[in-house]
Amino acid sequence: MKMSFAKILVVLVAALVLAAPQSVQAADLKGDLEIFSWWAGDEGPALAALVEIYKKQNPGVNVINATVTGGSGVNAKAVLKTRMLGGEPPDSFQVHAGQELIGTWVKSDRMEDLTPLFKEMGWMEVFPEGLIKLIGTDKGIWSVPVNIHRSNVMWYVPANLQKWGVNVPQNWDEFFVAADKLKAEGVVPLALAQNWTANHLWESVALASMGGDKWDALWSGKLAFDSPEVVKAWELFGKVLSYTNTDASSLSWQQATDMVINGKAAFNIMGDWAAGYMTVTKKLVPGEGYGWAASPGTAGQFMFLADSFCLPKGVKHRDNAIAWLKVLGSKEGSDTFNPIKGSISARIDSDLSKYNAYLQSAASDFGKDHVVGSLAHGVAANETFMGGFASVMEMFLKSKNPTAAAKACAQLAKKAGI
Amino acid sequence: MILIGIFVYGFIGETIWTSMTDWGGTGALALEPQKNFVGLENYVELFTGFLGGNFRQDLVNAVYYSVMLLVGAIGLGMFIAILLDQKPKGEDVFRTIFLYPMSLSFIVTGTIWRWLLAPQGGVNVLPTYLGMKPLTFEWLSSQSAILVFNWQDILRIMVYIASFVLIMVGVFVLRKDVNRAMKRWLVPGIVLGVAVWLFGDVLPDALFMEEDHGFNMATLGIIMATVWQYAGYTMALYLAGFNGISQDLRDAAMLDGASQVGYYRFVAIPMLKPITISAVIILSHISLKMFDLVFAMTGPDNAETGHPALNMYLTTFRGNEFSKGAAIAIVLFLIAAMFIVPYLIGQYRQRGRR
Repeated sequence: MKMSFAKILVVLVAALVLAAPQSVQAADLKGDLEIFSWWAGDEGPALAALVEIYKKQNPGVNVINATVTGGSGVNAKAVLKTRMLGGEPPDSFQVHAGQELIGTWVKSDRMEDLTPLFKEMGWMEVFPEGLIKLIGTDKGIWSVPVNIHRSNVMWYVPANLQKWGVNVPQNWDEFFVAADKLKAEGVVPLALAQNWTANHLWESVALASMGGDKWDALWSGKLAFDSPEVVKAWELFGKVLSYTNTDASSLSWQQATDMVINGKAAFNIMGDWAAGYMTVTKKLVPGEGYGWAASPGTAGQFMFLADSFCLPKGVKHRDNAIAWLKVLGSKEGSDTFNPIKGSISARIDSDLSKYNAYLQSAASDFGKDHVVGSLAHGVAANETFMGGFASVMEMFLKSKNPTAAAKACAQLAKKAGI
Repeated sequence: MILIGIFVYGFIGETIWTSMTDWGGTGALALEPQKNFVGLENYVELFTGFLGGNFRQDLVNAVYYSVMLLVGAIGLGMFIAILLDQKPKGEDVFRTIFLYPMSLSFIVTGTIWRWLLAPQGGVNVLPTYLGMKPLTFEWLSSQSAILVFNWQDILRIMVYIASFVLIMVGVFVLRKDVNRAMKRWLVPGIVLGVAVWLFGDVLPDALFMEEDHGFNMATLGIIMATVWQYAGYTMALYLAGFNGISQDLRDAAMLDGASQVGYYRFVAIPMLKPITISAVIILSHISLKMFDLVFAMTGPDNAETGHPALNMYLTTFRGNEFSKGAAIAIVLFLIAAMFIVPYLIGQYRQRGRR
């Protein structure tokens, strides 16, 4: 009895000793922490939850939330570049894992190597190896991933589909059959929004048209952008576009999702942040209020993107930023953030019971599907290509010329070094 | 003077230099990026390159947009000024109302008009209040275009325009000096026009494939918003001008039997030529610089309503093509100079004559 009491004492003391330096260290942090992201509006609460955890751990730090709004970070990235070129980096900024991080910032030698942090926190084991490869080069690891999003998801409202007598299409041919029926009923078959969502749709269509292996080959430079396969993908994309709403360019992605919710449109292809929007903002129950499937022809493929935060060189509050990255990578941070954001955790040990039905299904797909990188969200290609691709898309939406688009992409790839 | 020298002309020079380098691509954001001199390659790429298609569309948009804005804002502004010049009751109130949009920033104007011109809202639902069907015109998202031409023919079109200008100037000079008009303007103009008409095929194509550009119907919404914002401004300019014309002159014109229309047509508006010129210059450079309004109303990456200034921003800060962005900036700068330099020369000449 005495022995066990002593043991408990020892354990308690040991726990105290272990905990003490951390809390002392945490309380030491003072000053500001500027977090730069494009999470506002519907995505804001998820970021706020993370900041709350951070503030609890580091009450002395004043968190500045430098958010620049705009879907997919269109505006934020421009502001960020001006600041970086002006030698005034934010303490930590949001960046998509993959080429957007490597091809832009790491190539320019602007990032700090986070390998020591990964080793210290034991993150080498908890993040999937494939993901670490995407955020690292042979010289180091460059950011802390906070989530995994799936881009090739098709959304619908089950009750509406039943009403119109349409099944969820498994491939694009089935979609066209259903779409003609929907058109006859005066329903928009596929809701589309402003032009970056067209890029988003393109990658899902191209993936369906080419298949995962050719998609990978495309980005590793083994398949030319003006090869017949890619031209065929553009042709299919042109046909899909003819089933979308004509006022697309003046809608935000949320408005396109709204079209599906209120029955003006049947389907919408959007990343799974749409699930967060429908669950949190629109208060719909996953599986009942809205349904989902892999976008036509891409079952078994998981087109992914990951948001991550990094540590630029020469920031003003480096210690505060490292404490922030620690929160992001922690299990608590990840499992608080992701259910609200509508994404799955990048950690393999996440607590799935905290996630809703959609996210659980996404997490299980992530485990078994062929994982490919998204173009529209910075995984597959660097910013030179992405910036140019937006212009190519712009011209395609106007001219609908598949050959010209494929050729333009080929030139672009040469310039971007793919 | 030194500050202006550095911060205006120095930076213009720096931008010209940047536009002739290959600053872009991977590693463009490094602390010490690599820049190599490539001459006019960026410009050639913009005007004839395969990837410059959206720049060319934006440029065409900007030209149509500028012309429509000038006609709209000056026409409407002048019209309102003439109405207010009649001294109606509550003139002050009207003047304030019409001038008020000027005080808003473009981003606010853009947001308001974006709502007004939304496909399923705003203006389009107005008829439903009268029990009619809603309008279906897609103010900001229409994809149809009019006045379409092929960029391949751009050289021919440029020569036609040059010959047209020569002939117009010739006709203008004809009244003063027949001999000079024929020699200097009319004959060269006609010869040029006929030459292109006959031998135009000799001129090289600008592109190896067809590329159509035109006046996009979607820009109508943006033009409406800008006219709304600037009509009040031109109104104020003209109103000040009208008030500056002495009452005696007006009475004299009336005494000579001029009607109201005649008075404005032959006396007031010709007298306000300097005001018209300054309005043209101010509005044209505003329309060339237009950025925030387009961004707020239709967003980036929108070929239908794209604008070179927006394109420059996206090329530079999203695509990391700093040299290409600089080249676009210089093209815009040169076009703006095309409007302003003749005006400045005219001003100096007038002063010299005095």
